[in-house]
Amino acid sequence: MTSTTTPYRGEHDDTPLPAGGPNPPAGPDKNTGESLGREAWRRLKQNKAAMASLVILTLMALVCFIGPHLLPWALDEVDWSNFQTAPSLENGHYFGTDANGRDILVRTLFGGQVSLSVALVATFVSLVIGVLYGAVAGYVGGRTDNLMMRFVDIMYSLPFMFLVILLMVVFGRNIFLIYAAIGAVEWLDMARIVRGQTLALKRREFIEAAHALGVGGPTIVRRHLIPNTLGPVIIYVTLTVPKVILLESFLSFLGLGVQEPLTSWGVLISEGKDMMESAPWMLIVPSLFLAVTLFCLNFLGDGLRDALDPKTR
Amino acid sequence: MSALLELAHLSVTFDLPTGPVTAVKDVSLEVKAGETVALVGESGSGKSVTSTAIMRLLPELACIEGEIRFDGKTLTKLKDRDIRALRGNDIGMVFQEPMTSLNPMHRIERQIREVLEKHTKLRGDKARARVLELLTQVGIPEPERRMNSYPHELSGGQRQRVVIAMAIACEPKLLIADEPTTALDVTVQAQILELLGELQARYGLAILFITHDLNLVRHVADRVCVMQHGDLVEQGPTREVFASPSHDYTRMLLAAEPDGVKAPVADAAPVVLDARDVHVRFTTKRHLFRPDETFEAVRGIDLRVRRGQTVGIVGESGSGKSTLGRALLRLLPSTGQIEFDEMALQPLDQKALRPLRKRFQVVFQDPFGSLSPRMTVGEIISEGLKVHFPELSRREREARVIEALNEVKLDPAMRARYPHEFSGGQRQRIAIARALVLKPEFLLLDEPTSALDRSVQVTVVNLLRELQKKHGLTYVFISHDLSVVRAMSDTVLVMKDGAVVEQGPSEAIFTAPRVDYTKKLIEASFIDRVA
Repeated sequence: MTSTTTPYRGEHDDTPLPAGGPNPPAGPDKNTGESLGREAWRRLKQNKAAMASLVILTLMALVCFIGPHLLPWALDEVDWSNFQTAPSLENGHYFGTDANGRDILVRTLFGGQVSLSVALVATFVSLVIGVLYGAVAGYVGGRTDNLMMRFVDIMYSLPFMFLVILLMVVFGRNIFLIYAAIGAVEWLDMARIVRGQTLALKRREFIEAAHALGVGGPTIVRRHLIPNTLGPVIIYVTLTVPKVILLESFLSFLGLGVQEPLTSWGVLISEGKDMMESAPWMLIVPSLFLAVTLFCLNFLGDGLRDALDPKTR
Repeated sequence: MSALLELAHLSVTFDLPTGPVTAVKDVSLEVKAGETVALVGESGSGKSVTSTAIMRLLPELACIEGEIRFDGKTLTKLKDRDIRALRGNDIGMVFQEPMTSLNPMHRIERQIREVLEKHTKLRGDKARARVLELLTQVGIPEPERRMNSYPHELSGGQRQRVVIAMAIACEPKLLIADEPTTALDVTVQAQILELLGELQARYGLAILFITHDLNLVRHVADRVCVMQHGDLVEQGPTREVFASPSHDYTRMLLAAEPDGVKAPVADAAPVVLDARDVHVRFTTKRHLFRPDETFEAVRGIDLRVRRGQTVGIVGESGSGKSTLGRALLRLLPSTGQIEFDEMALQPLDQKALRPLRKRFQVVFQDPFGSLSPRMTVGEIISEGLKVHFPELSRREREARVIEALNEVKLDPAMRARYPHEFSGGQRQRIAIARALVLKPEFLLLDEPTSALDRSVQVTVVNLLRELQKKHGLTYVFISHDLSVVRAMSDTVLVMKDGAVVEQGPSEAIFTAPRVDYTKKLIEASFIDRVA
């Protein structure tokens, strides 16, 4: 047998790709390799649009939760001398008042508290349940998958309103019920998306290689399947947030969601829509807050997807 | 006679965001009417870019310099509309992947008619008659019936015949064949090459044959052009280039055939893997009240591997060789007996099997698919350690990973990187390191070199041999590539349709095959080397 004289005969095979010389581009921990999370954060910081969005979103949340305490008006306080006045600096209603003489800015900020927390909680719930459920169904497959997905189909076919009313009847009116109801519906889409991704990934050889290594099922789902579904999942999350905010306003509009004097962006916008001609600021102000939030969320979502994908280094 | 196609100082530069990349540098070559010119090179050599430049099918950000002249016209200066009139009419093209180059939603007749309707005045019954004639010419059995088939109903070879029929529908002067047989089995490859030869003789076609496989070139081409990193390093008549290559790279490519044979193992060596009467069945369709429909992919195979041996399993796609490999490691359910080191594997469930898994490992074919894209190389290699040696500290694991990377001759400093940053050969080394780090006794190698360039194949084959010698490893080597199997194996199993058609010592099978199917395989794979 001719022994291996020159194991490196195909030179070009062993030259590192042009990407980054013999060492990876500056990372604090070259030897052990960074965790995906820490490295993703480093990459996210380089994305200016995403970082700006993150800052704006944080500010938005701070303003919504702290702002109302700094303003001289309360949520349901009626200013008897100013009914439906346009924004002005003189009377202290910087964004105007509504038909009942309540300060629009304060109401918008309070509305932001509800909308942001509904969006955050419901999306998070749908993310956790949907990803786990979908990944498990897709990975286990066969009869289990069949049963799990038929359950999803049944949930889909239940009228959403019926579900909400049922919850109201059983538990009474409560803002947390809105979170639960929306979360209970939104995870269905997520589960389907993740299951589809998982079915495709499951056939890949690296999953088979993990089997051959003796890696257990739960670890395969956690370490190999879920990280690889992140791309579409994050895109879907950024689509879910606006959907949830609008769904909440729809519920409130029907009298099933938040109730006066409490409000949300969706409620404010739907009120403003009716006054569009006589008091446009009632529509413009909450819409602006909502639009900026959604805009930033989209940029942040894009940035996150890129940051979590090692290929974009 | 003047050249039909002439490339003069052709350069192609891609204007990427990261800076310009020159894929083809100052290439000049010509193809005369009726001759076959082979453009040879490994992946990334710019051979496909050159051929797409001729068709002007490159993306917008490609910048072409130099001139391409075809049949008196300068293609580089033609308007888009004029070049479209040439494509498919005077220049036909055959792509590598016969499945993806046909539209899965259209029947065969419609695919071919589309070309005819674009470039000729044939319509209706006349067009239909021409389609039939073309299908007959390219040797599709039952052409009348096949005209109404969809692409997925045809075999790979038949699909490629349809693609060829489309390419020659308008009797082109030049046929550009970009790796036309790479995705096909060797016996089918031989048939397609024969067909191309016939068509060339009948129509006086010039063929620009793009391939990475020098073996093919020797059999089909009149002249050969060798490309490396975008440069045309050598060109000349095939016979001369093969007899006395002038450039180092050509010499390297020619020598890149795995050579030597495996040193035999003593007959008394202990049996590591003993499988008897292994069957694998897949359920193809479930029925509620009738028995399910099944397909038997592996039909009763016996296999015995002794310590230090390599058993090669050879067969064409669909022969069940990969299925058998997976069944042996209990990655697929099967019936029959499988004993590993005198322990019966079949009665064990996956949990009981887990401690054994570190003793038998596997390396897969696809170096792109077999590494998780979101884990670093270090994480990938140490994953098995976490499962089987949970007592190791982080530092000890680290040391084992470094050792494994050194063994496969990769720089351990690269372990913080992600798989996509490595070339195919490097990834395959990572996959080998992942298996080796557990210090297994037995490795299942499922086409470990098939997705790699020839010269890289040799380095991987040499690495595997070296590791076998050093650690006394036992291999089962699955491949459709006979030359690699010959270089690696003690004994060889030839599989067809899930059953063994011939088995025996490697050299006996290659020098004196007894079964017709084996003979056909060996003949079709153009093994010219004398041991």
